[in-house]
Amino acid sequence: MTQGKTQMSQGAFASLRYRKSRDRVIEFILLLAGLVAVFTTVAIVFILFYESSYFFDHVSVKDFITDTMWTPLFADARYGIMPLVAGTLTVTAVAILVAIPVGTIIAIYLSEFAPHKLRETVKPILELLGAVPTVVYGYFALLMVTPLLQEIWPDLPGFNMLSAGLVIGLMIVPYVASVSEDAMRAVPKYMREGSYAMGATKMQTALRVVVPGAFSGLAAAYILGISRAVGETMVVAIAAGMMANLTFNPTEPAATITAYIVQVSLGDLPHDSIGYQSIFAAGLVLMLMTLVLNVIGFFLTRRFREAY
Amino acid sequence: MAATALTLEQIRHGLSWRKQLDKVFIAIGLALLFGCLGILAILFFDLVRDGSSRFGWDFFTSFPSRKAENAGILSAAVGTMLIMVVTALVALPVGVAAAIYLEEYAPKNWFTGIIEINVTNLAGVPSIIYGLLALGLFVYQFNFGQSVLTAGLTLALLILPIVIVATRESLRAVPRAIREAAYGLGATRWEVTKDHVLPYSTGGILTGLILGLSRAIGETAPIITIGALSFIAFLPPSPVSGEFPFLNFEWLMSEFTAMPIQMFNWVSRPDQAFQANAAAAGAILLGMTLAMNAVAIWIRYRFRKKISW
Repeated sequence: MTQGKTQMSQGAFASLRYRKSRDRVIEFILLLAGLVAVFTTVAIVFILFYESSYFFDHVSVKDFITDTMWTPLFADARYGIMPLVAGTLTVTAVAILVAIPVGTIIAIYLSEFAPHKLRETVKPILELLGAVPTVVYGYFALLMVTPLLQEIWPDLPGFNMLSAGLVIGLMIVPYVASVSEDAMRAVPKYMREGSYAMGATKMQTALRVVVPGAFSGLAAAYILGISRAVGETMVVAIAAGMMANLTFNPTEPAATITAYIVQVSLGDLPHDSIGYQSIFAAGLVLMLMTLVLNVIGFFLTRRFREAY
Repeated sequence: MAATALTLEQIRHGLSWRKQLDKVFIAIGLALLFGCLGILAILFFDLVRDGSSRFGWDFFTSFPSRKAENAGILSAAVGTMLIMVVTALVALPVGVAAAIYLEEYAPKNWFTGIIEINVTNLAGVPSIIYGLLALGLFVYQFNFGQSVLTAGLTLALLILPIVIVATRESLRAVPRAIREAAYGLGATRWEVTKDHVLPYSTGGILTGLILGLSRAIGETAPIITIGALSFIAFLPPSPVSGEFPFLNFEWLMSEFTAMPIQMFNWVSRPDQAFQANAAAAGAILLGMTLAMNAVAIWIRYRFRKKISW
């Protein structure tokens, strides 16, 4: 009887040892899955530098930054990134001029003024709008918004940055509104109540207590919105034209960094040509731009984080 | 004396003016909210109306064609479905495993911090950058070619942060007490996770996967970058065959086209007739994304109702 018991517990110990070592193997496999994220980041950086090194063997970094012409597909190829950066910045500027004011006001309204039921209905709709494929928004920009704008300005070209920027702005409004609203909801209720007790109205409370209190979240929402506009591809590729054009005038057609990458990918350049490899150099610039934005966002949120 | 300079009348006046401002703000807020939703609703309505002439059996069963009225989305729809299968089969296990590691196993140290920063950061990388990564890595280095496999892997990497974040959230929602009870009975960490934590978070994980796939299905830029063709008049080899071993994986290496690429191709043609095709493809794509989101919301609701702690 006693012997049987010992044997059983020995068996239990063996099985425990087996289960524990199995646990260690599984933990290692799970860790590998977690490392996929690190690996992806490293691979992005490595691939962009590695592939664009071929490009920079033929084009000096100085020409790349200072030349004002971008014509890799022409016989007389010039490789100055400025026109593409200008196009990207112009489209982004139009987009955020729409998205930040509209998104913020909608967020303030939803968070501070809207009845509970309306907010609960609208929030999922805003999140749903974030899932609409961007190629559909491109269709809107080219075939609906541009003709509409042409009725106001008859000499607006068929491809222009204005309509692309406006549609991107409209596209990121739900996103900015939704993230900003979350940030404002996170401001504790007692701060609002303190303000009401001092005789402030809802709007004074919203603008002077809630918005400053939610500043870090709002900054993060704006930065994420800008970063989306900078990286947006299909709307500009469809509606803004694909000719590099050094201008900050939104009514002109121009290519952005992303539109250029699409243009080359669709073309029939041989893969080992400098023209083709130039998309990696363009991608590197795009990644640096979004990286700078993310870093600014990171420090803004740290700098202004309110401790409640 | 100066303190009483404000008369009751003036205070009342100031107050009523400030209350008026409140109402003005509400009006502006409502106008912008419904203005935006309204414009989007009109655009979606127009899209469906422009494409309505093309909806029909032929549109789904025809290959692309030089004549707009003969062109259809057969190869694009099949391509999209195959890519989604690859994406889901890769993103689900890797994403869930990574989330389990971060939530249940990882010690709190700088190393875990690096993984977490990477996940957050990857969510903000523009999708076209993933396309360049895939071109450099999968196409040039691994020689996977411009295939269904390359596209599926690319989109899997793209939606990995979405799956990881959703899974972590649903793992975190499982109360500590359930884990403690299982540990108390002698279960190892993996047994606790597999038998107790995971079953409770299935709903959240599925929701995250479907939301991720609904993002992937509309992604155009990364697939264009790896070099997908827009004129594909054949289907990839069938994954099921009548002869032994009944399954084959040639379709993984097949060239392909996908719904958003087909739509992009039709939009960029100047011919009006093709724009009706683009609208129809866009409406179908939109319908697919909205349907997937609806399913995700329904699953979340079902599981939330079924579980009470």
